[in-house]
Order: sequence, then structure tokens, then C-alpha cells
Amino acid sequence: MAAGGLTLGAVLGWASVRYRVQEDPLVEKIDAILPQTQCGQCGFAGCKPYAEAIAKGEADINRCPPGGEDGIRRLADLLGVEAKSLGEGLEHKPKSVAVIDEDLCIGCTLCIQACPVDAIVGAAKQMHTIVADRCTGCELCLPPCPVECIHMEVIHEDITTWKWRYPVYSIRPVRE
Amino acid sequence: MRRLHSFNGGAHPAEHKAESTARPIAAAPLVPLYVVPLRQHIGTPALPLVRAGDRVLRGQAIGQAEGYVSASVHAPTSGRVVAVEMRPVAHPSGLADLCVVIEADGEDRAIDLQPLDWRGMEPSHLRNLIRDLGLVGLGGAVFPSFIKLNPGEAGRVETLILNGAECEPWITSDDLLMRERAREILKGAEIMQAMLHAGEVVIGIEDNKPEAIAAMQAAVREMGLGYEVAVVPTRYPSGGAKQLTYLLTGRETPSRGHAVEVGVQVFNVGTAYGLHHALAEGRPLISRVVTVTGHVASPQNFEVRLGTPIEDLIRAAGGELEGATGEIIGGPMMGFDLQDRAAPVTKAVNCVIVKDAQRFPPPPAPRACIRCGECARACPARLQPFELYWYARARDFGKTQLFSLFDCIECGCCSHVCPSHISLVDFFRYAKSEIWAREREKEAADAARRRHEFHVWRLEREKQEKAERLARKAVAQVKEAEAAPVDAEAARKKAILQAAIERAKQAREGVTPRNVDHLTPEQQHQVEEADARRARLHAGAEDQKETENQP
Ligand code: SF4
Ligand code: SF4
Ligand code: SF4
Repeated sequence: MAAGGLTLGAVLGWASVRYRVQEDPLVEKIDAILPQTQCGQCGFAGCKPYAEAIAKGEADINRCPPGGEDGIRRLADLLGVEAKSLGEGLEHKPKSVAVIDEDLCIGCTLCIQACPVDAIVGAAKQMHTIVADRCTGCELCLPPCPVECIHMEVIHEDITTWKWRYPVYSIRPVRE
Repeated sequence: MRRLHSFNGGAHPAEHKAESTARPIAAAPLVPLYVVPLRQHIGTPALPLVRAGDRVLRGQAIGQAEGYVSASVHAPTSGRVVAVEMRPVAHPSGLADLCVVIEADGEDRAIDLQPLDWRGMEPSHLRNLIRDLGLVGLGGAVFPSFIKLNPGEAGRVETLILNGAECEPWITSDDLLMRERAREILKGAEIMQAMLHAGEVVIGIEDNKPEAIAAMQAAVREMGLGYEVAVVPTRYPSGGAKQLTYLLTGRETPSRGHAVEVGVQVFNVGTAYGLHHALAEGRPLISRVVTVTGHVASPQNFEVRLGTPIEDLIRAAGGELEGATGEIIGGPMMGFDLQDRAAPVTKAVNCVIVKDAQRFPPPPAPRACIRCGECARACPARLQPFELYWYARARDFGKTQLFSLFDCIECGCCSHVCPSHISLVDFFRYAKSEIWAREREKEAADAARRRHEFHVWRLEREKQEKAERLARKAVAQVKEAEAAPVDAEAARKKAILQAAIERAKQAREGVTPRNVDHLTPEQQHQVEEADARRARLHAGAEDQKETENQP
């Protein structure tokens, strides 16, 4: 397993040199803000195509639900336009990961092909598993599964991911 | 006499030390149930070594250090593990964390403890032992000590500082430890000095602890050590590692760096004490001194076994008095409110303050910042807290970093002096944790982008390879056809293939011919299983189509 990881890492290493092509810097900057969930909810085949469409002025900045309000604000800042709320019919959901019910999995490999970030491991006719910290929560593996054995689980806050809350209190105006 | 270097600002909050110094350190009583978190240090939590039902002895490792920044965790008494599960811990979030829950058997039997001859040991072996004995910084930061005991590339540090400043109000655990156990602290310092090849050893103590100063000076003399007891003026936060380093050496710790980068290493006196016991007796870190003070019947310091529920500890101090309004873990300046009294004492807990409405009134309502600059005058990190506050409040995290947010040591001096009662430090904690979370998200997104780019590239390559394969095959077929016009064998194969295609087509049309004639029991079983599986799927036809698409 560890050795497999190493080889895969090596492949990724040289591959990244080979397949990278020169990018438009604006597209890169937009893409850097997009969450890389690769879910396609924006109506494009992934974050990069959406970034390209924004750069060409062909798409609005409020189409990415995983990025949420925060992502929209940062896109607005980058492009020097007004921030707006998430587009019609889109909804920001809590971050989740996909989980395969390993008792039901028939090893059909359909989910592997659907996963945009290669987060699913398994071979034909063998049980498949999702590597949780690679899963972006895009949900693209759900529809292809013929036995509906994949479901989404919301990631809960733990001590390492917990954040201090924004301090809330009302500020009393100074008396004149 | 050492020349002291005064740091900027600071504050003089009411000390409230006398409450808990009237009584000596007492051993906290054995309790029926211990809850021992596997994360009691900065870094990776220890890996559990026991399961529910296991019997354990005092000092037995129940969690193994995992990864580099980590330390082991040990059973505080003998008994039976009843669970390894999530339990509430003393953390500002009030969230649960993985704990080993031990039901004490009352016998308190220990593992066989062996003194360790550390002087003859190979340095890295010694450091690993210290990690496995669970030693971490006991001043509150709980950083694994073995890492700090590595002299690094330089091979030595110039100055080893023992931190006995204890500048936070109410807390007196280091004070009492120095008064009562000075020799053991110094023996620990000797080990540290040897491991770090430290040129000099300085013990910094605030001048509001005359008994501790006298005890440490006497012990240094008696033991014939050339250490210096440096008395520093009482001014919060002189016990901050960066502040004490500057006070005693005049050296500035670099931004986002550590004292070791300027040739100084700082340890809390409690850590030196723990290190001495760990090596002289082979005794892992299973207890520490904790101040229990505030609105309790008899405030006192206790030597407490790690894992003791805080409610039991409060009971040991005579229990809370009428009108208690909650507990603070740590001091009032940097501590936090406890959310669940069942949470246990850990290596990080040096003080429990029971609050009452008089001494801990709810904070007055804040008013708008008048830009008076008091906070900047008080800030020991020489920041501009009011600017930082402005940007943190507006969630402009980029700007907060420009104003050196990460140099803030969260001492709370700015909040303490603000005439508008703004809790500035709460905003800085908020901003820091937001920035950390964003960095984590950014890293995850970058990794996802790389994997996606690879994925796209891989699909493209596979498509290309397939096309090339097909092209080669077509060429070969054409050549073959030219070479052998009619081959009986090929015709026969083609007929078989045609029949198979025909059968598949029929199957799709729902005629389902069952070729179940000459099956082995093994095959029969597989078919049955497949049928069962198919039956479980609802719309058969739809799914059939899907599965046929598979390669
Ligand atoms: S909607 Fe999904 S695919 Fe589109 S930009 Fe956002 S994360 Fe990427
Ligand atoms: S002390 Fe308070 S009121 Fe004065 S400048 Fe700082 S934040 Fe503003
Ligand atoms: S800004 Fe940070 S370091 Fe400065 S006084 Fe406030 S809490 Fe302390």
C-alpha cells in the first residue's frame, strides 16, 4: 500500500511536469479561488472551465455553491465587481465526503470513472473504497452506482478543525 | 547581577496569589474513574494501545506517540479500561476527544520502574525515551519536550532558561513547586543542560515570589551549581517565552520563530521537575501540580493524576462555595471557560479557578474604539491592536496579517487596558483560526486541482492509446485479409462470435436464455449470488443498462 502510494506519487510528480500547459494568468487567479470540488454545479465541466468562462465574461461569479458567499466575495474582489448572493436554484451545503457501503459494493468500477480527483480505489469485481481526505464531496460518484451503495456524510467539526467564533456583542454608542 | 532588558507594555492585573499559597501541595485523592485523553500535547494524538476490558497498571503506556510531534500517554493508576471513546475535554470548544477511560481498582499497583542511566546514553535514544515517558512542556503550551532537548545543528545552546516567572494572576503551582521541590527542579535542569550543552542556566522568577526565590537560591548553593536565579519585576506577561528571553538576554525572538533561533531554550520549572522524575525513577508523566482556587472552600495546590475529572478535583479543595458561576481553566488573562466539569485534568491544565459574580463579573458592554492607543502602549509584542481589531472585525484577514497578527501572543493586555472594554484578543483568536482554516482549505483545494489535472491527463492518454491500438489492429486485419483470403478457422470463430452477440442481444430484449446446463457447484453459487443481488436492485432494466456500460 505504502509502496503503491510512492509509485503513484512519482507518477504524479513527472506527470505534472508533462501535462501542464501555459495558462492565462487571470484564469489561474480565478481558478485559485474556486474550491476545486469539480462538481459541475456551476454548469461547467469542472472548476477550470468555469474559471475560463468567468475570465471571458461568459459566466457570472455566483454560480459555485461549494465556494459559498465567501468565494463569491473573493471573486468580486479579484475582478473589481460587486459581490452578490448565490445564483438562482443553487444552494450551499455543509462540506461532506462520500462513503461506500462496502457490503453492497459489487466492484463495478463505475464510480472510479466518475470521480474527478481519483479519490476512489479498487479494481474490477473488488470492493471499492473512498480515500476520505481526497474526496472533495462533489457527489459525482452517486448517480452511476448501480446498487446505490454510496452516500454522503457531513464532516463534523473536531478539536483540530474547530474555529473561534466571531465575537458577538452589540456596541453601545458613546454618549455625546 | 544580570542586566535586565525591559519589554514593551504589559499590565498589572490584580494578583490573587495569596489565596492558594497558604497550604502546601497535597496529593489529590484517588478517584474511581479516570478519563485520559490521547491528545494532551501539541501535535498528533497518541495511538491507543489498550482496548475496553484490558487491565492496566500505574505508569503503563496506554497511548503510543505517533509521528514526530507527539508524546506517549500513560495510565494514572491500576484498574480496568472500560472504554476508549470520545469524551468531553478541557478545550475552549467544549468538544469531545478520544480518551481512555479507566475504572480504578483502588490498589494503585505500578509497573516495574527502573531508574535510567541517562548520562551514558546516546542522545537520540535518550530523546526517544523522553518522548515515550510522555514529557511535554507543563507551562501550558504542552509542546513535546524531547524535540526542544535537541541542540540541533549548532550542537549547543548558549542559555537555558528555566521559567518560574508565573505571571498569570491566581496561578501558584510553579511557585509552590519551587518552594517545596527546588532540588528536584534543579536536577531536571542539570539533565537539560547536559543534553543541550547549555553554556549558562538562568532561572527567571518574578519578585512577587520571595519564598520561591529563596528556596531556589538555597538549592543552587547547596548543590554547588553555577546557575543564576534572576529576579524579574512583576509585570504580566514576563512569563511569556519571548518576553522572558528578552528580559534575561536582550535577544529578540524572530517573528513566528522560537527562542532557540537566538541560542536560547526555555523550559517551565514544572517540566524540569517532571524530567528529573522521569529519568531518575523511570516514572512516566502521570501527574502534575494544579492550582485550585477562587470560589472554593480551601484553595490549594494539588499533585493531580492526569485524567482526574475536574469536578473531583474541585471537591478535593473543599468544593465550590455558594454562588459559584463557572470555572476558568488556566488564568483569567489567557485561560478559557470550562464547558463540562466532567472533563479531566491534562498535562495542559495548570489551574482551575472557580468563579463568583463579585470577582468575575460579566464583562461590561463594549463601546466603540476611541483610538486612544492604550492597547498599543500595553502590547508586549509591540503591535497596534486597535488597527488589528479594526481589520479582524471587518474580516479583512489579509490586512490583519500585514499588521503582524501572528506575532500576537494572545496575552490579553490590550483587552485588559481598553477603556472601551473591547475584548480585542477574542477578535485576534478568531482571525487566526479563520486564517488557519483557510490555509487548510487552500492546501486541500490545491491537492484536488493537481489530482484533477492528472485525472484529465490520464483519461486523455488512455483515449489516445486506445485509438492507437485500434488503428494498429485495423492495419493488421487488412494485412491478414490480404494474406489469407479464406481461412476456415477464422470463419468458425466469427460464427461463434456472431452467436454470442446474438445471445447478448436476446438477453437485452428480455428473452434471457439460461445457459445453466453444465455448471460446477462453484459457478452455480456465483450465479445464485448474482441473481440475489440483481433482485435487490429495484428497476432491473435501468440498472442492467448501466452495468453493460462497464468496460
Ligand atoms: S460549482 Fe463545482 S465545478 Fe463549478 S467551480 Fe464550484 S466547485 Fe468547481
Ligand atoms: S485601548 Fe481600546 S479604545 Fe483605546 S485604541 Fe485600543 S481598542 Fe481603541
Ligand atoms: S495584541 Fe496580542 S500580544 Fe498585543 S496585547 Fe493584545 S493580546 Fe497581547
